[in-house]
Amino acid sequence: MKQPFENVVERHGGTVLRVCRVLLGSHDAQDAWSETFLSALRAYPDLPDDANAEAWLVTIAHRKAIDVLRARQRQPVPVGEIPDAPTALGVPGAEDDDLWRAVAALPGKQRQAVAYHYIAGLAYAQIAGILGGSADAARRAAADGIRNLRENYPGAATKGASS
Amino acid sequence: MITSPDHLESADGTRASAGTLAMLGDRLALAAEAEGLLDVAYTTADSPVGTLLLAATPAGLVRVAYDVEDHDRVLDILARRISPRVLRAPRRLDAAARQLDEYFGGRRQVFDLPLDLSLSTGFRQLVQRRLTEIGYGQTRTYGQIAELVGRPRAVRAVGTACATNPLPVVVPCHRVLRADGTTGGYVGGPGAKKTLLRLEAAA
Repeated sequence: MKQPFENVVERHGGTVLRVCRVLLGSHDAQDAWSETFLSALRAYPDLPDDANAEAWLVTIAHRKAIDVLRARQRQPVPVGEIPDAPTALGVPGAEDDDLWRAVAALPGKQRQAVAYHYIAGLAYAQIAGILGGSADAARRAAADGIRNLRENYPGAATKGASS
Repeated sequence: MITSPDHLESADGTRASAGTLAMLGDRLALAAEAEGLLDVAYTTADSPVGTLLLAATPAGLVRVAYDVEDHDRVLDILARRISPRVLRAPRRLDAAARQLDEYFGGRRQVFDLPLDLSLSTGFRQLVQRRLTEIGYGQTRTYGQIAELVGRPRAVRAVGTACATNPLPVVVPCHRVLRADGTTGGYVGGPGAKKTLLRLEAAA
């Protein structure tokens, strides 16, 4: 039996937002989130009852993020990483700009693999289904992404010292 | 060291995220309405008889549910019987919530809302339609309603129709009593029925 779509939003909305932020940065993430859930709502009645809703949503988010990036590339106005516009909603100091810069500097596949494995918790076989290629390739991309972050994110060594 | 997503999670800012998600949820409800994808909109409203769940299709108000009916269960049934495209979207319920508030405040005697009776069929729906003819502050017996619908011996079936009324308060099944004058059963519990009858008697 299919549950109300509101439950899907409640259960997975946070994860999808975090995935979108890793894929796109905070500004465009909200647009990608909206596009993802509107598209998911349209298709929801046809989703098989036993489908993995989170993997399904991440697959949609993957496509929507690509749409957003393509639209950005077509636009003459450079936007890049806006220094955090959502002032009305954001908690001052909660943003870690260095980390987001390091994430934004990752090659596309690594950035996607990190988002889908470490944020969404998808298995590498599922990620391979989204990105194409093999599960091993997805595993390597995620590992390379994490190694890149470790090298390029200045806070990594000190912040993680106690753990 | 970044060995887990913890840094990425914390950089998100949990509190900022909660506010952002609430805003995004509201935005999704508006976009869904604009795109014709909001098959069932719902909200909750406080009242003297507890928190009421209000749900509407594009055709009209389709469900009013008491706390004791278990709102999660009611939403599951709406998802199954009408459509799983169910979202918390208070705007579609603005008029219903306002009129209920006026009713409980003693400032409204008649509801003027489009109703979607599609959750009931046949005899039950027929009975529920006739219930709207019982005026504010008046009462009827189950037997009188049975006569009204032309089935004078179907008293028990009238009782069932009242008990399965998907739109309590708005479709006034609380105005139907037992022949002996006792209040009889009620979907919101006997206490809720007495509260509504007292409210209407006071006006």
